[in-house]
Amino acid sequence: MGILVNEDFTFIVQGITGREALNFTRECLNYGSKIVGGVTPGRGGREVYGVKVYDTVREIVEQTRVDGSVITVPYQFAPDAAFEAIEAGIKEIVIITEGIQRKSACEIIEFADKHGARVIGPNCLGVITPGVCRFGSLGGPAEDCKKAFGPGCVGVMSRSGGMTTEICNALTTGGLGVSTAVSIGGDPVVGSSYSELMPLFEADPETKAVVIYSEPGGPMEAQLAAWAKENNSRLPIVAFVSGRFMDDMPGVSFGHAGTVVHRKVDSPAEKIRAMRASGIAVADDVGDIPKLVREAIEAKGG
Amino acid sequence: MRFYEFESKKVLAKYGIPFAEGELAKTPEEAEKIAADLGGPVAIKSQILASGRAAAGGVKFAGSPAEAKEQAAAILALEINGQKPVAVRVERKIDVKREFAVQMTYDGVAKRPVMIASDIGSKNLDDVADEQPDRVQRRHFSTLGPMRNSVFRAKELVRSLGLTGQPLNRMTQVVSRLAEAFLEYDLTTAEINALGETEDGKFIALDCYMDMEEEGRFRQQALLEEFGIPSTETRSVRGEPTPMEREAHAIDAEDPRGLISPFVEFDGNMGLVIGAGGGSLTIFDAVKRQGGNPANYAAIGGNPSVGKAQRLTKLVLGKKGVDKIAVMSNVVSNTRADLVARGVIKGVLEMGLVPSEVITIFRCPGAWEADAFKILEKYGVEYCDRTVSLSEAAKRAVAKVNG
Repeated sequence: MGILVNEDFTFIVQGITGREALNFTRECLNYGSKIVGGVTPGRGGREVYGVKVYDTVREIVEQTRVDGSVITVPYQFAPDAAFEAIEAGIKEIVIITEGIQRKSACEIIEFADKHGARVIGPNCLGVITPGVCRFGSLGGPAEDCKKAFGPGCVGVMSRSGGMTTEICNALTTGGLGVSTAVSIGGDPVVGSSYSELMPLFEADPETKAVVIYSEPGGPMEAQLAAWAKENNSRLPIVAFVSGRFMDDMPGVSFGHAGTVVHRKVDSPAEKIRAMRASGIAVADDVGDIPKLVREAIEAKGG
Repeated sequence: MRFYEFESKKVLAKYGIPFAEGELAKTPEEAEKIAADLGGPVAIKSQILASGRAAAGGVKFAGSPAEAKEQAAAILALEINGQKPVAVRVERKIDVKREFAVQMTYDGVAKRPVMIASDIGSKNLDDVADEQPDRVQRRHFSTLGPMRNSVFRAKELVRSLGLTGQPLNRMTQVVSRLAEAFLEYDLTTAEINALGETEDGKFIALDCYMDMEEEGRFRQQALLEEFGIPSTETRSVRGEPTPMEREAHAIDAEDPRGLISPFVEFDGNMGLVIGAGGGSLTIFDAVKRQGGNPANYAAIGGNPSVGKAQRLTKLVLGKKGVDKIAVMSNVVSNTRADLVARGVIKGVLEMGLVPSEVITIFRCPGAWEADAFKILEKYGVEYCDRTVSLSEAAKRAVAKVNG
């Protein structure tokens, strides 16, 4: 089962004729995802690996049901693309695009809220429920994707696209597998935080535990720790926090726009402390994650 | 990127938010003249990007032009958190009867911009929020269309501090205008601390701090040009880039294939050719935990060309004291590990060095790993696939460097 997508999930790709989009569109199709159209203004009428390209989102939704959209247009145009998809009634928006300003991200998310749509990202690689649907570009070529993302019982949420694959690979070789993995994005403001997705995993009978990958910067981990304390979730959570060296370098940004330590809440040491205090296990090593997950599931009596 | 106080005040000027009259002085003599022109007591303030200015002696008061000259001389020479001031701002000293703090920033939990205010000024606002939460009020505001107009929200915020009458209306004006400036200039933080209320009821920004997000720079060319800030100036709190970092930036910029960003120089002996974003953070931690001493941080992303990998390798090996490198990444979907392998080996060979001795480990699992392995085998370089964890690979690499 998993969350966010199922075997009937249909989506479009906005910016489909771009280089990155061409690649992941082909591999999503190889994986079995249902891409029902693409949009590149001015290129309507063409085809990408058999997927019809249109000038507008509306032309597609008028013909067929569209559950989601993957947006990969340059950052200057991404907000407009998101507004177009949301207004056309699409309810799940994955924004791969990096470099969108906080202000624009807030605009997109507030607009989505008003329309009952969910945003994942920006600056993310999307969602995958192994064997069912890949909604985005996680895992690269379909064959590699199948290697790293085996079906199973662990829900994964990650602020880094690459580490989503690394961690899911560890879970797969560790015999646990993945129910759904969500690359939530590396920006300081993202549409779906860990604690907002937890209720979805909670409601999924296949998910028995959740693993998160986090970095310094931002209140999301503190928010998750607070959620874990307040909610008696059946799901144990295991976390991995990278960038611990950044506690010694406040104000310096490393990589993702959201990965910088200014305030106490941004500090990796503080995140680890807060999460452990709320019962979330924190791995020191990515390789330890499968073991910690097994232990946590057992401890919960599952 | 951070603005200096004098630049932040230029932004305030555009929005009609009052602040003390003053000028920049680059020499003690200039400071003396400005103090004389202003007349009366003045404040001499270090114009520096680092924080903790006042506590470090970067803000002083002077009762006469002669004193202003003396204070300026001291402050211009004063290094705070590794930075010397670009100038001092000499401004009228303002007496106030009350102080407030006002800040605009983004709330990553609510996913909205937020305005924060306190009736305790001149103190770190986060500390006040921790220690006396009842003295800090917040209101989220909107970025959407007509809802962006934030006057009523600013009014609610100020009211919640207990103000009414003229002070309510005057402070509301300052708060809502600061919110407009915050959105207009793609700021991540805009803070007036302290915002002082004078005896005759005027609200004056005594100090102002603004930070613009990197992602906003492309839209703010006009402002940056006005301030004379070239696009190459990073305004990082660490100060400007080292020559090695500049070189890495140039290597990245001259070839559009793939990305090397960020690149940060450290002072260790172990060169790191690592990626991608999250993977680099994890690997850096693992190397340190295993007792390694990194010479640099790098986050290689996208699909770098052979040339880029080669030039980066030579740059890292060219650093004094660096004899060995580790080449690692998380499982990569779109990066061609074989091109990276080829580039790294070429770089090593071009420096007259032996790949098997210099490259401690190659761990870049992903789609092209089989092709990478062929090249690495040919040169006798130790490599491993995804079954070896990032920490284990780091451990092996560190052992070779330290051992």
